[in-house]
Amino acid sequence: MRILEGEKVTKYFGGLAAISNVDFHVDQGEIVGLIGPNGAGKTTLFNLISAAITLNSGVIRFKDRKISGLKAYQICRTGVARTFQSVKVFGNMPVLGNVLLGSFFGTSTGMSSADATREAMESLEFVGLSAMRGTPAKDLTLANQKRLEVARALATRPELLLLDELIAGLNATETAQAMELVTKIRDRGITILMIEHVMKAIMSVCNRIMVLHHGEKIAEGTPKEIANNQTVIEVYLGK
Amino acid sequence: MDITKVTSKRLFLPGIIFFFLAVLALFYPLYAPAYYVIQLTAIFMYIVLTMSWVIFSGPTGYISLAPAAFFGVGIYTSAVLGKALSLPIVICAGGLVSFCLALLVGALTLRLRGIYFAIFTFGLVELIKQLLLYWEINITHTRGRFVILVSNNTIYYVMLAILAILLITAYIIRRSKYGLALQSIGEDEEAAAHTGINITALKTVIFAVSAIFIGATGAIMATRWTYIDPYIAFNPLFSFMPVLMAIFGGMGQFYGPIIGATIFAYLEEVLITRFPYYYMLIFGLILIISILFLPNGLVGLLQKWRKGDLAKQDENP
Repeated sequence: MRILEGEKVTKYFGGLAAISNVDFHVDQGEIVGLIGPNGAGKTTLFNLISAAITLNSGVIRFKDRKISGLKAYQICRTGVARTFQSVKVFGNMPVLGNVLLGSFFGTSTGMSSADATREAMESLEFVGLSAMRGTPAKDLTLANQKRLEVARALATRPELLLLDELIAGLNATETAQAMELVTKIRDRGITILMIEHVMKAIMSVCNRIMVLHHGEKIAEGTPKEIANNQTVIEVYLGK
Repeated sequence: MDITKVTSKRLFLPGIIFFFLAVLALFYPLYAPAYYVIQLTAIFMYIVLTMSWVIFSGPTGYISLAPAAFFGVGIYTSAVLGKALSLPIVICAGGLVSFCLALLVGALTLRLRGIYFAIFTFGLVELIKQLLLYWEINITHTRGRFVILVSNNTIYYVMLAILAILLITAYIIRRSKYGLALQSIGEDEEAAAHTGINITALKTVIFAVSAIFIGATGAIMATRWTYIDPYIAFNPLFSFMPVLMAIFGGMGQFYGPIIGATIFAYLEEVLITRFPYYYMLIFGLILIISILFLPNGLVGLLQKWRKGDLAKQDENP
């Protein structure tokens, strides 16, 4: 079943087409990788799905319901959560406060204070940050701040999670842990669409990979197919 | 849970202090001379202006210079309706009109950020002032209005009531999930929106709620001046004072702005009576010194001292 579907999605920045006529889909329960050189439009596509920016034409559907045109907070409440390329945690707030906001405001139904706290603690437990719940978020390491962003997103009870460069800037051990977290999230039944530059990581966890270049989709397939795709190799290495 | 235990323990002492202050305030006019009652009323007014400002601008970081507009609207509401309606209704009307104005302005302008928002809100004060002047000169052919007289003690008790309701409201908002959401807006608006917070609605509503108290204060304080015109009602000082008092007191703690406003208002009174010619100069100097050396306000200073004392102990943040 298709959980997310985009049809002829187009976004212009001035005269430049950041995303042009891109069709894409994500099936329930998979991990889909989104790759491409810098400036290919990966984050723009994320911003369009999560309604950080509005698209010029095309349509995006989530569970067969049109979500393009909704506001960012509504997208979150329908079940699409995201993290950011440059970490955006609420630095002066304790770790628990960050996650509480997700469970208070991000779920479709809203919850009581006790339920929200339990939900937030569960998310923190899941990503392994429960011991630091009282620490201001700005005092965490980069790897932990990224985990916190994931916990905040999970607290909104998403069905689809958009991860924007979860492992950029992490060392080898942290990368391995982050990839483990990604599969753990998928095992909970949450579908994942992730942008990543580290090929080794993305090849190992993704069921399917989409390649963007200059705002157009140039390839799509299993990791193996993508690794042997002539166009993709040319784009990355030059002819 | 252990968290609730800690907060109730921490609330105990301030709670008792507040209770005693409230009882003291309640019986104050029965024993104190009229001058001191008026002085305390002025202090209450400044606390209300400052705390209302802090409810919205404190956590979100949106510097609003609109308090003078809401204050002036309250004053004019009182002047227009004062003769026809009873005092409680006039005061509620002052709050309501301010609320509506803030709702309208908020919906239009809260997408502006930083300095643009500050300038727009300040422009609002001037805009309403000029509109009223135009109206009075060209249409009603009057200048200013007389306001009904109310006894000093009545003004005092009304201000006390507004202050009490405001403090309770501010405390509830600060402790609620909406307080947390306001803080997240101040830290990163984009992330807040993607966490499911309807930032536009939240900002607009809280901005409007904070304006109720300023409008109501304007409506009751108008009765102290007997005559008002647009220049008196829309004095830009009422926009700047709350900001300065909040910074002076420090916004990190709930009681910071209260302390700031109290000391500032008292200082103003003392300086005006003792040094009528130099008071603005001294006032300015104190302000510059406090901003240079107390970036977190008086509360920041207090916390520094306490941290110094507790340095060796294991402190629970």
